[in-house]
This record gives sequence, structure tokens and C-alpha cells, in this order.
Amino acid sequence: MAGLKLENVCKRYGAVQVIENLSLDVAEGEFVVFLGPSGCGKTSLLRMVAGLEEVSGGRILIGERDVTVAPPGQRNLAMVFQHYALYPHMSVRENLAFGLKNIGVPADEIARRITESARMLELDTLLDRKPGQLSGGQRQRVAIGRAVVKEPGIFLFDEPLSNLDAALRGRTRLELAQLHQRLGATMVFVTHDQIEAMTLATRIVVMKGGAIEQVATPAELYRRPATRFVASFIGTPGMGFVPVQRAPDDRGRAVVTVPGGHWLTTRVSTHGLASQGLVLGVRPENLRVAEQGPLRGRVELVEFLGERTLAHLKLEGGSPLIVTVPAGISPRLGSHVAVSVDVAEAHLFDESGRAHHAQESLA
Amino acid sequence: MSTSAVGLRASRPAYALFVLPFVACYALLLLWPLAKGVWISFHDHDLLSNDSFWVGLANYQELWGDEVFHQVVWNTIRFVLISTPIFVVLSLMLALALNRQGKLATLLRATFFCASVFSVTLITLVWKLALMPERGLIAQFFSAMRLPELPLLTSDNLALLTVALVTVWWIIGLPMIMFLSALQQIPSDIYEAAALDNTPRWRVLTHITLPSLKRAIILVALIEVIRQFQVFPQIMLMTNGGPNNTTRSVVQFIYEQAFMQLSLGYATAASQVLLAIMLMGVSTQLWLERDRGGQR
Repeated sequence: MAGLKLENVCKRYGAVQVIENLSLDVAEGEFVVFLGPSGCGKTSLLRMVAGLEEVSGGRILIGERDVTVAPPGQRNLAMVFQHYALYPHMSVRENLAFGLKNIGVPADEIARRITESARMLELDTLLDRKPGQLSGGQRQRVAIGRAVVKEPGIFLFDEPLSNLDAALRGRTRLELAQLHQRLGATMVFVTHDQIEAMTLATRIVVMKGGAIEQVATPAELYRRPATRFVASFIGTPGMGFVPVQRAPDDRGRAVVTVPGGHWLTTRVSTHGLASQGLVLGVRPENLRVAEQGPLRGRVELVEFLGERTLAHLKLEGGSPLIVTVPAGISPRLGSHVAVSVDVAEAHLFDESGRAHHAQESLA
Repeated sequence: MSTSAVGLRASRPAYALFVLPFVACYALLLLWPLAKGVWISFHDHDLLSNDSFWVGLANYQELWGDEVFHQVVWNTIRFVLISTPIFVVLSLMLALALNRQGKLATLLRATFFCASVFSVTLITLVWKLALMPERGLIAQFFSAMRLPELPLLTSDNLALLTVALVTVWWIIGLPMIMFLSALQQIPSDIYEAAALDNTPRWRVLTHITLPSLKRAIILVALIEVIRQFQVFPQIMLMTNGGPNNTTRSVVQFIYEQAFMQLSLGYATAASQVLLAIMLMGVSTQLWLERDRGGQR
């Protein structure tokens, strides 16, 4: 088990800067997820950690050792690939043993590790099969097993669940979480799927355009997103954004005028808050249909999801907004409703996208 | 189930029309000549007078006792045994060396493949000039190195080997391209997994690349066996079967029997023997494929 430290890591492809001066500390035993949209640089970053891509600048340390230019096999890590990358002509047993034989692990030790990991990952009955004879889920378990037997300092996962169907993805996600609990190993996981990130990670690194937007626990990321990008990327359905105007403050609390002219007293401190260009951000579950609510809109669409219903509104200013409605209540299409805001969970974003959160001291 | 789905699954005579053009061409251009050839091989057929009478297996019995035929079969087998391993190993090595990006690799790939495009007449002309005694490029090279001149095309021991090497030089590009194509089919993440597994280069070649190329190696070997069993024009043009029949091939024997001796029955009997050898090659491929399928 080892920690990972990235110091001012850069990656350039010719003139194109993919990652710029990225620094990050991953503690021993953490499960860190790199999350971001396609092209944000998360896979490039993982591949640089693995040694599969050269680093254009900066340093990578695994444990206390600088591995910036070390070959992939000498970094004390194992990687699970998106497309499994199993050796197709070798049996499962040979796949698991191959890396260990390369570094001269004694045969009895190899057998012990294979038996142990096969039992852990329920591969016992598959050991003599070739990858071509396995299902997608079984192949992924073999790929994980190949990483486990190496007993590496760090496990790297490159979108390992994206090739699995929805049911299997859920099951494998659970198995990965259990594996992390059992091994207590440092794991770095790349995904563009926020559900995977939220359910697996101890910390999530949200990336955009080759830079880190926010590093935080899933709960913090959800409740206190650092930027409008993070706020919009995390959560399904996403956070609603409504352009607002600053109004006279109320004892240090920002007061804003919402479309339609009503005032909303937030719990956001006025300290450092821009005077214009603000956007109110609220998640659907923090909005409630209420007669005295400051936001007014027309019901455009109603989605019934079982335990709750989502009402898609078009506000007076034209902004779309999704409101969670308790089960059993179904707003009529085309009707006009008023919506109140849970100000404890309402955020203001300035023009640069930086978030200003509600503060308990201003309750 | 919809009507169209039922229609697609049902077999109707009208569907045969779709395959009829192919079946007709196949039957006319392949099956009919093949059957006709077998039929002729049981006859003494004089091409000049066009007289033909049934002789049963007499042509085959005569081939069995024909020392020249034994010699040409042995020559052909030797030619295949010399050229095929060189084709496989050399083209594989070339493919491995040139399976990379860059202008030099592209240029070399094009150069090696270009030779295959040239006609056999041109190739043999160039090599006959190069192999010319005393004045040829090779002779001058040996002379410059103060080495004794090698009678490459006139020695009983060296002529077949020389023709085999010229053949390799001529058409090495095609198996190389087949190996390059197979190499590019190997997913790059397998090599990345091998790198993370701390695999030394030699072990990557022997444990990852070569096993992944197994089918391509079998295919190239088989194609070359079949092609080289039919060796003819380069031998005809370079040595005309000499010296002392040491380079005369089965196809040349068939050609000479049919169009110089005008013994069509005897020639077709010899071609049936060659066909039997080809079928043995195809059977070997099927057997190897069956074995591979069983392992999966």
C-alpha cells in the first residue's frame, strides 16, 4: 500500500496542452476517483501515473519514490483496463501468474496468491478457461484478479465498468467497494459516470479542461460544489440555475431578486460577493411547490419516477428549473406553480462560476 | 413474428437466383476444368492429332516409375522446404521491424511491397544480370572481396537455393503485409498490460506477439506452401530447369509434357498429383484450425 503524489504535472501533445500544472495528494488506503467529461484529461493523467504516457513536466511520486520516468512495471502498481486487456491465448490462471513469473515470484507463492484471489473474486471454477470463454463480467473479474495477485502499492482503474451492462455494472461496483474495504489498498479510478464516482470514492477529483475543479468527498461535492461546473456535473437531475439580481442586503445575508421580481433572502454571506452577474443554484430536492414561493413558473413536463415525481418548469424569466414533488402529487401540465427554496441548500455563483455557499452562521 | 421475418427464414427456390451467378462461374471455370482434367488423365490424349483413348491408371503408373517426375517432385518439395520457412521468418521479422510510425518505416514498407508488384520477367532479368558469371554484380562483389566466384545458377547444389532466394526477394512483400495487418490487430492495451506486468522485450515477443500471430503464421505458411508448390515462371526464365534437372519443378514438367511433348493425358495425371499435394496442404490448415478451435 502506498500513497500517490502529483506535483505540477503537465501533459502536452505537440502544441496542445492537455494537463497543466496539476498537483494532487492521494493518501494511503484512499479510493480516489477522477471524474469529468470526455476530453478532460482524466485518462491521460491515469496513464501518466501508470507510466504508459510520458510526463511533459512535473513529478509523480508513489510512496516516497519519484517514479516520473520509471517504466510501468517498476512503479509498484497494477491497472485494470477498460477493455480488460487479458492475454487471449493464456488461461485465467496463466493470466494471473504471468506478471508474477516475470518478477521471479516463487511458484508456490504464485499458487497461493492465485488461490486466494480466485476465492475472493469467485474465479475458482474459471481458472483453466481462456478469456474468450468468459462473459464480460467474468473477464472484468479476471482483470481485477490480475491486479490483486500483484499486491501492488496502488490499483489503477481506467473506466473498468463502462463495457458492462447496467445490472452487471451495479454488481461489479459493489464488488469493487467490498474489495477496497477488504484490501484497504490505495485505489485510483477513472470514470465519467458520477454514480460510480459518488458510490465508490472516498474523495472525488472533478476535472475539466485538464485542470482540477474540485477535490472533495462525495457528500461535500454534492452539497458544497466549488464551481458552477461541478454543481452542474454532479447530481441527477442536475442543479437548477436561475439568473438573479442583487438587492439590498439583510444583516450580512445576500438578498436577490428572482425572475418575476420576488425577493429571496439567502444564507450566503455578502462578503466578497459580486454585485452583479449572479446565478442562484438549487437542487431539485431543495425546491418545493408552495403557494408563497418566490419562484413562479409553468409546468412543462412531469416525470413519474416511483418514489418521487419531477416537475420541469419554465420560470417567468425563461430559465428551466426541475422541482422534486413528493409521490402522490402530480402537478397539472401547463399549470402555473409557485416554488419555495430551501435557502440552507441554495448557492450563488458569480460570473467566473465560483460558488458562494449558504452559511449556518447566517441562519 | 412478422410476415417478413417468416419470409426471411423460409427457403424458397427463388433465392437460389441470388447465388446462381457465382455458382455458374464456379462450376464453369473451376469444377468443369477440374473434372475434365481428371477425365483426361485416364486417357492417352495426343494434343496434335486430338486422338484420345482410355488407358485407366496407366498414366499414373507411368508417373510412379518416371525418374524425371520423381526428380521434379523432390525439387519442388525442396523448393517449398527452402522458401516457405524463409518467407515466414523473414516476412515476420520485417513486419515486426516495420510495424511503427515514421517516414523511414513507411518508405521501407512500400519498397518491400513494390517488388511483389513487378512482373516475373523483369525480376528474373534483373537477377540474371546480377548473377551473370564474371560481369554480374554478385560476381564482382565476390571478386572485390577476393572470394572465389560462386556458380549460383550453374551449380547442381546452389541453383535451386538461388532461385528460392530470388523468389523470396521478389514476393516477400505480400506475407510481410499480412503480418503487418495481423500485428495491427493486436490491441495495444495488451502490450500496456504486459508493460505493467514487467515483461521483458523477449518475453513480450514470445509470450504476447507470437501467440497472437499464430493464425496469421499458419495462414502465411499455408499460402506460401501452396504458392511455392506451383513455382514455374522464375525457374523457366532463370534456369529452364537446369542444371541437370535440379531446378525443374512439377508445373514445368506438366507444361513440358502438355505443350512440348503434347501428351495431355500424362500432363493432367501429373497435375492431379500436384492437386493431391495441394489438398494435403488445405487439409493441414483445416486440421490446425480445428485444433485451435478446440483450445478456445
